[in-house]
Formats: sequence, C-alpha cells, structure tokens
Amino acid sequence: MEGLHLEYYLVVSAIMFFAGVYGFITRRNLLAVLISIELILNSVDINFALFNRFLFPGQLEGFFFTLFAIGVSACEAAVAIAIIINIYRNIRNIQVKNLQQLKD
Amino acid sequence: MDYSNFIYLKEELSLIAVIVILLLYDIFGSKKSLNYFQPVACLLVGVHLLLTCCPARAALAIFGDTPVADQVNAGVYPLLSGMYNLYPLGSIVKSILAIGTLIVFLQARNWLEGERTIIRRGEFYLITLFTLLGMYFMIAAGNFLLFYLGLELASIPMATLVAFDKFRDRSAEAGAKYILTAIFASGLSLYGISLIYGTTGTLYFTDIPAALTGSALQVMAFVFFFTGLAFKLSLVPFHQWTPDVYEGAPTSVTAYLSVISKGAAAFVLMVILGKVFGPLVEQWQAILFWVIIATITVANLFALRQQNMKRFFAYSSISQAGYIMLGVISGSTLGMASLVYYVLVYMFSNLAAFGVISIIEHRSGKETIDDYNGLYSTNPRLSVVMMIALFSLAGIPPFAGFFSKFFVFAAAVEEGYYWLVFIALLNTVISLYYYLRVVKSMFINKNESAIAGFRSDGYTRLGLVACSAGILLLGLLSVVYGEIHHYSLGW
Repeated sequence: MEGLHLEYYLVVSAIMFFAGVYGFITRRNLLAVLISIELILNSVDINFALFNRFLFPGQLEGFFFTLFAIGVSACEAAVAIAIIINIYRNIRNIQVKNLQQLKD
Repeated sequence: MDYSNFIYLKEELSLIAVIVILLLYDIFGSKKSLNYFQPVACLLVGVHLLLTCCPARAALAIFGDTPVADQVNAGVYPLLSGMYNLYPLGSIVKSILAIGTLIVFLQARNWLEGERTIIRRGEFYLITLFTLLGMYFMIAAGNFLLFYLGLELASIPMATLVAFDKFRDRSAEAGAKYILTAIFASGLSLYGISLIYGTTGTLYFTDIPAALTGSALQVMAFVFFFTGLAFKLSLVPFHQWTPDVYEGAPTSVTAYLSVISKGAAAFVLMVILGKVFGPLVEQWQAILFWVIIATITVANLFALRQQNMKRFFAYSSISQAGYIMLGVISGSTLGMASLVYYVLVYMFSNLAAFGVISIIEHRSGKETIDDYNGLYSTNPRLSVVMMIALFSLAGIPPFAGFFSKFFVFAAAVEEGYYWLVFIALLNTVISLYYYLRVVKSMFINKNESAIAGFRSDGYTRLGLVACSAGILLLGLLSVVYGEIHHYSLGW
C-alpha cells in the first residue's frame, strides 16, 4: 500500500466525474451522452469504495452503497437504452440535434 | 432480527400488497374482466388510503404498543436500526400523495381506453404505484442508502411513464430527455453523498449533523447534493427539461409528474436540509435565496409567452415550486406546516386544471390557449372548474390557493426575508396576468368554431368534483391547516 495514497484515487475519480459532466453537455449522440453519465456514476462508486477502504476500514457502508449504486445504474441504463431504441424506430436516428419536436 | 417492526411499515406494506394484487390481476385476468381494471385499481388505492390516513397514533394504539405511540407523537421514531423513520407528518404527506394518485387514476380512463394504449392499460397503474412506493421510501428514509433507492424507484419508472405513448414521436423524445436528466441529476446527488460519506464516515441522518464542521469540502458536497434534488424539483437554473417533458408526456402523466413527484421531492428536500444539513444552515439559506428569486421570476417571464396549455402549466409549476421553496428557506415549524399545506392545495388546483386539459385534448385534440376561446359558451361547467383552479393557483382570496400562499409568505417573513417575500409578491401580480389570460379566452373571447360541447364520463367528473371541493373547502376549513401544524411541531 505504500506510495498509493487516497489522493491519487480521488484525483482519478474527480477527473472521471468532470469528464462525464463535460461529455453530458457536449456529446451529440444519445448513446455517447448515456456513456458520459455512466462515467459520473462510476466515479461515485470509486469514491465510496476508497473512502471506505482508506478512511473507515472497520465498516462496510461504503461498499454496500457501491453495490447498490452499480445495480441501480444498470437499471437506468436498461431503461434509457430501451427509450433510445424506441426513438431510433420512430425517427431512424439518435442524434441529439434531431430531437427537436419539443422546443420553445 | 425483530420482525415485529414491520407492522409499523403499514403504508409501504399495504401499497406493495395493492401492487401485487393488481399485477396478478393484470396477468391472469380474462380479457373481459380487465375492463374493470380502473375501478378495481381505484378501489384498492382507496382502501390503501384509508389505512394510511388513520393517524399514526390511532393505528399504533390498535396494535397495542402504547410506548411507541407516545414516542411517535413526540417526534420521530426510528425503525429497522435507524434505516426507516416513522413520524406522523411523514404519514400525512404519504396520504396526500395517495389522494393525488387516486385522482390521477380517475382522470386517466379516457386516455387509457384509447385504441393504442388499451392493451397495456394495466401497466400504467402498476408503474405509477411503483413510483409512489419510491416516494414513500424517500419520505421515510433515515439513511442516504434508502433515500437513494427511493429516489431511483421514483424516477426510473417515471421515464417509462413519460414515454408511454411510444408510437408518438413527442412522447419518446420527452422520455429520452427525462431519463437522461434524471440519471444525470442522481449522479450529481450521489457524488455529493459520497463526499459527505468521506468527510463524516456515516450515512445515517441522525449521525451526520454532529460530524458536519462546515469545511469547504462539505459545502461542495452539499451543493452537489442540492443540485441533484433541484433538477427533480425543476428549480431555475435546472429547469430546462421541464417544459419539454411536460408537453411531450401523456397528459395524465404530466399531471402526476407536476404534482405528486414535485410535492414529494419538496417535502424530502426540507426534511433533509433541516435534519441532515442543519449545521450548514447559513450556506443553504444563501443558496436557496437566489435560487428562489431566479425560479419565480424566470418561470413567470417564460410563462407569459406560452401558447401550448401543457407548456404553460409547466412554467406555472416551476414558479409554484419557487413559492414552495419559501417554506423551505424559513426552516421553521411554520415553514414545514405551510409547505405541506401548500403541496395539498397545489395538488387539488393543478389536478383540476390538468383534468380539464386532459379531457379536452382527448375529445377535440386541441391544446393551445387560443383553442379555448369561447369554451364557456359550449362547456360551461368545465370552464368554471378551470377558472376555480386558475384562481386558486394565482392566489385569489376565497379559494384555498390564497391561504396556502399566505402561509408560506408568513413563514418566510417570520425569518426576516422581507425582500424575498416582496419579490415573490411582485411575481404573484405577473402570474395573475397569465392565469387570467386563460380565463379571458374562455369567458370573454368570441369564437365561431369553439370546442363542441360534450359530456365527460363519470370517473373524470368525479375527479373534477373532488378537486373543486378541495379547492373550495380547504381554505375555509381551518381545521386542516391546524391539524398539519399540530403534527409538524418538532418535525
């Protein structure tokens, strides 16, 4: 464990988180947007697991939260992909710029 | 493990029983018997509502555990080693949400009996009840894990409801916009929760306040967490998804989304800000101050230029969320009582309006404000219901909306937010203009081709009568507010 401090992992998860936020805003394809969101959720999982491992080694709360978060994000991805497939069937396209029936 | 605790989870358990019964009915019922799906669903939710409605104390007395009953009356009673909180105000909010769901079910019949949805009408009731279950868990949570699971259970099935009319492009598009924003918001919230866990070492609501020191990292964690919930509540600047989703979703789902989902989120936000982030009170009041001003003002200005009724009500509901936040920022008992009361009144008003929009959209396919020109000459009763609802939303005295607005303003003034209340009052005047615009088009504008007169079915009429009665009576029966205030002491 020597040489690997908490901060290294935190930097990785922070980079993942903000890359996800950046991707969510800039990507032009619905699937790429979804992947960006998964990056955010995974950075959270890393955070929980490493806080638990480094700071509070006696308990399991963080690990459990990680397990639940992974399960829930799988459900989210399933529903989101189902809706994206439905859009593809309707308009033969999943580019964000073609979702323009609803606007001010 | 002590299984006797489960008897206190009566709201959740009875709702799960309703869901299982309806699921079996939907799968095994014959084609003919499924015609009675809606009455059965309404009946079961009604029974569940009776179970929920009897106050916590009476229910506990029946089960013969008086010490617990006394404790609950005194405040919060933790169950399942602190994971689940039993408190009277929570039960009240749950019954308010159940009443709203019942009214949505009554009004959904017209839409669900349509050609394309009739085959999967059972799913609508089931999925709606699942989201309701998620909100129950959110309200009762005593730990961030249960809170998170409740939040997701309330928002993932909601996306499938928004995309329910899957052959309509607009419904699918609204579904995609909803699910992507919902996951993004919950991701932000989760990042906040993970930082809170890192700095405090616990996820239990009762243990966190003692470990909050107000360090920069904790404030940042709070901001992330708040942003996630603000997306759910559609506060400005996190509101952009709301008009699109409200317009694209089926009208019954929009009604559910704008009232039940928003009410639950507002209540939970207040509970968590007060109970968990109590030590950071200065920081969150400063954030809320600017968010409220932005929410009310921006939403009102955008509502002025809307033509589509559903879009119009989307902006109206954003500004109403701003008013609800006035109760939250005070953080007092009065604030809590006025928030619950506001949600109750807002629910009846908005459901009445959406009931009218839904039936008119179903019968004539029209949904812009100009289409409502001359509605009074052809459908006088619907116009009157709509007028009552709009007056209540705007806050005109004899109707309940005036009293609910009065109480949230009073709660904020009590804490010294004079400028905030002044700006909110100015905005009430602006909102009066656009609410009255609809009333004017219904009653005064002449129209040769007004929507033809029709007779709506019994269920819709029952729902509209219930809403109108709520709007008219809630303001006059002071006992309702008194009761809520009594239970919110020491929330």
